[in-house]
Parts: sequence; C-alpha cells; structure tokens
Amino acid sequence: MIPWFGTVAALAIAVGLYIGLLVAPTDFQQGEAYRIIFVHVPAAWMSMFLYVVMAVWAAVGLGLNARLSFMMTQAIAPTGAMFTFLALLTGAMWGKPTWGAWWVWDARLTSELILLFQYAGVMLLRTSIDDQRRADRASGVCALVGVVNIPIIYFSVQWWNTLHQGASVSMTAAPKMATVMLTGMLLMTFGFWMYSLAVILSRARCVILERESLQLWSKPSSVAEVAGVR
Amino acid sequence: MSRPGLWETLRGIIWRDVLLAIRRRSDVAISVLFLVIVASLFPLGVGPEPAVLRTIAAGVLWVAALLACLLSLGRVFTADYLDGVLEQMLLIPQPLPVLVAGKVFAHWVVSGLPVVLLSPLLGLQFGLEGEALGMLVLSLLLGTPTLSMIGSIGAALVLGVRGSGLLVALLVLPLYVPVLIFGAGAVTSSMAGIGGEANLSLLGACLVLSVFFAPWATASALRIALE
Amino acid sequence: MYWGSLSEFLEMGGYGLYVWTSFIITALCMVWEILALWRRRAAAIAESRGIVRDIG
Repeated sequence: MIPWFGTVAALAIAVGLYIGLLVAPTDFQQGEAYRIIFVHVPAAWMSMFLYVVMAVWAAVGLGLNARLSFMMTQAIAPTGAMFTFLALLTGAMWGKPTWGAWWVWDARLTSELILLFQYAGVMLLRTSIDDQRRADRASGVCALVGVVNIPIIYFSVQWWNTLHQGASVSMTAAPKMATVMLTGMLLMTFGFWMYSLAVILSRARCVILERESLQLWSKPSSVAEVAGVR
Repeated sequence: MSRPGLWETLRGIIWRDVLLAIRRRSDVAISVLFLVIVASLFPLGVGPEPAVLRTIAAGVLWVAALLACLLSLGRVFTADYLDGVLEQMLLIPQPLPVLVAGKVFAHWVVSGLPVVLLSPLLGLQFGLEGEALGMLVLSLLLGTPTLSMIGSIGAALVLGVRGSGLLVALLVLPLYVPVLIFGAGAVTSSMAGIGGEANLSLLGACLVLSVFFAPWATASALRIALE
Repeated sequence: MYWGSLSEFLEMGGYGLYVWTSFIITALCMVWEILALWRRRAAAIAESRGIVRDIG
C-alpha cells in the first residue's frame, strides 16, 4: 500500500509541477508570483483536512476505546504540522511581492497560525505524559476541542473583510480561474494527499513497532508470541 | 439521612471552593497583583503619552486580564487532585459536567471577578473614560467566565503532568484568541464611536458555547487524568 | 510550453526569489520528513529485533 501511494504521489506532483510551472500562462493581475499557488493552496488545504482527520480518529479512539485509532492520531500530527508550517511560509513568500509585507494580522493568517500552535499542543501534550493510555486519551480530547478553529479558518475570508483573497475554488460556483491553473492545482493537491497517506501510514507502522517494543520490555512473557508472529 | 440533590451538591462545591480561596487570600491577591503590575509596565515601556496609552488601553488591559486568568488556572484542580478530593468528586452520583461547571464558576468568582472589579481603575490609569470604561468592564464581565471555562479544559488535561504550567499556556492560549479579539474589539469600537454591541454579542455567544461544551470536555479530561 | 528560455523560467518575471524559495523549501521539508521516517523505522525495527533476541 505505502509504495503504491508514494508512486501515485510522485507522479501527480510531477505532472502538477509540469503544468503549474511550464504550461500554465501567467496571471494578468499578479504576474508570475501567483505560481506559488501550486504549493500554497494544497498545503493549506492539507493542513486543515489532516487536522479534521486527526480529530475524527481521536473521536473514534475515545468513543470505541480503540488503540489503533490513537496511533493514527499520533501518526497524523507531525505531517499536519508540517503542511501548516508550509502554508504559512509559502503564504509569506506570496504576501511579500503582492501585499508588500511578509505577514499581516488578518483573520485567515492568524487562524492558520493558531492551527500550528494546536498541532504543537497536541504533540507536546502527548510527549509530556508518560502513561501511554492517558497520553493517547488526553491528546485526543485536546485535538477534538481544537476542531472549533477549522470552520473559523475556512470561513474567515467570508466573515471578516480580509486582505487574503477569497476562495479560488468552490463546489457551487464556476471556478474563477483558468482551467489549466485549476488542473495543476488539483493535481498538486491530489499529490500532496497521496504523499500524506504514504507518510502517515508508514509513520503509523513505526508507532506500532515502537509501542510493541515498549510493551515487550515491561512484559517479557509475550515475547514468544511476538517472535512467533514475526 | 437523605442523599443531597444536585442543587445542594453544586452549592456545596461552589461554597467550599470560595471559602477555601477566602481562607488562602494570598493566592487570589497574587493574580490581581500580577494584573496591576503587568498593566503598569506598559506606560513605563511605551512612554506616558496619553494619546498612545488610550489607543493601546483596550488591548493591553485585555491581554493582562487574560494572562492573569492563565496564571490562576493551575489552582482550579491541582490542590484537589493532590489531596484526593477530586477522586471523591468523581464518585459523587451526580452528572460530573455539572459539578465541574460549579467548580469553574467558583474559580471565576475568586479569580475572574476581582479582575473585572479592578478593571475600571486600570482603565482610568490608561485614560479611558465614560462609555469606553463601561464597555471594558462589560466585555471583561462577559469574557472572563469564557476564559475560565476554556482554561479548565487545559487545566484538567495537564493535571499532574511535568511542566504543566507552560503546557497549559500552549494548549489554552490559541483558544483564547477569539475572546481576546472580540473583547478588545468591543472597547476599541466603542471608543471609535461605532458602539461595541456587535462584539459584545459575539462575546456572549462565546460564553454560551463554552458554558455548554467546556464542562463536558473538562469532565472527560478529568476522568482520563484520574483513571 | 509557456517559457521562451531557461533564464526567463528561472527569473519568473522578477519574482524568481519568492517562487523558487517556496517550491524548494516545500520540497526540502518533504524529503526531510521521508528521511526522518526512514531512520525512525530502521531504529524501531532494530529495537524490537534486539529485544526479541535479548529476552527470547
């Protein structure tokens, strides 16, 4: 599964880059700076999407008391944080030439920054609790509480009159951008999505292995079982 | 002996916490003193220009109040956790979220309310007057209970964890941001003559939402911490 | 193909610095994440093998 997702991700990103950097025409308002969109928007989408997925796993874990779903939340958080960081960074790279400032305190940017802190909080809470079960459940509650921020980020450009431009793509209205650009962006998003799947699944495997070893140290009697399985 | 009802239990919990806080006055005094000191540092740092002070007043006073609230969060559950009272509370045959809400309310009475009562004085120091001063008090009155409610989730999550003071700040501060924005916004817009009612109603909405949801989250966090 | 020459492509209409920094940092982050994961996986496997050998 993991190599498969990885290959698809590499292909999609390669074609997306080809379209975005080589085929797509320039934007008549923003010049070539707009090409940052091909990493900025997918990264921002993934940052929100992964948080929601993480919270869903946390809810499943808390509700059904399933250890595996907590391992998924643990595996998702670092990748989500990385995409949040990338969205902010590429946003700054885009903001400087178009708005003349690296950073402005508008609603979209601020709430995305808060998302980064939430990822950090979830991860740090987990590492600072020694008891595995409690760490899982506490960071799960923390992730669930933070979900309130997601609609705020998403709708911030509509609720407040912000400097950040509105959504370029929506499900209901006809897209405001040229088809070539849209294709490139969606391909990049798909590529990032597949990349996240590959990375998260392989991190989940690491987590499972690490926890298994930890258990072995404390419970040598189960060694025979595990050795048998492997 | 008949078992006490929900209402009596709740009243007992609130009264006990308030009484404990009154007996240990220094705890309450510290967070109030902290607020005054932080608020007084700004005129020293920025310079005593009245016009400048008036423009930053809303933000500075709100941030100071928020930090004072954060500082006091450690006291919501820690003492009861250490001496085992919290474990007993979990065993009370009444809905835990309601009891938690009572505890948080008591915490607000001893740490949030003093901040609200002190704020007009600090507002005067910063040259706020009339309507803006009233708006400051009103926004804090609506906002500080929300801060206590949200903060209690963080306080319950980090119960007994090493480095909990800094960790709770990281967990809770992001969620405080909307309250800060609306609260300071209410004062600023009433100073600009637009009227702060819109921001006040948003603050009210935050309060209602947090009163409704936060006790649930806090109660489940407490169960996790104590199981 | 949209671009006339390679230098034009690298210049990005004067925005080259911003555009290329964004793309390169994104790529670096992803590569770094993959490498870190790879090392973590190797360490986890070695650890569990070691335990099985030591105890079992």
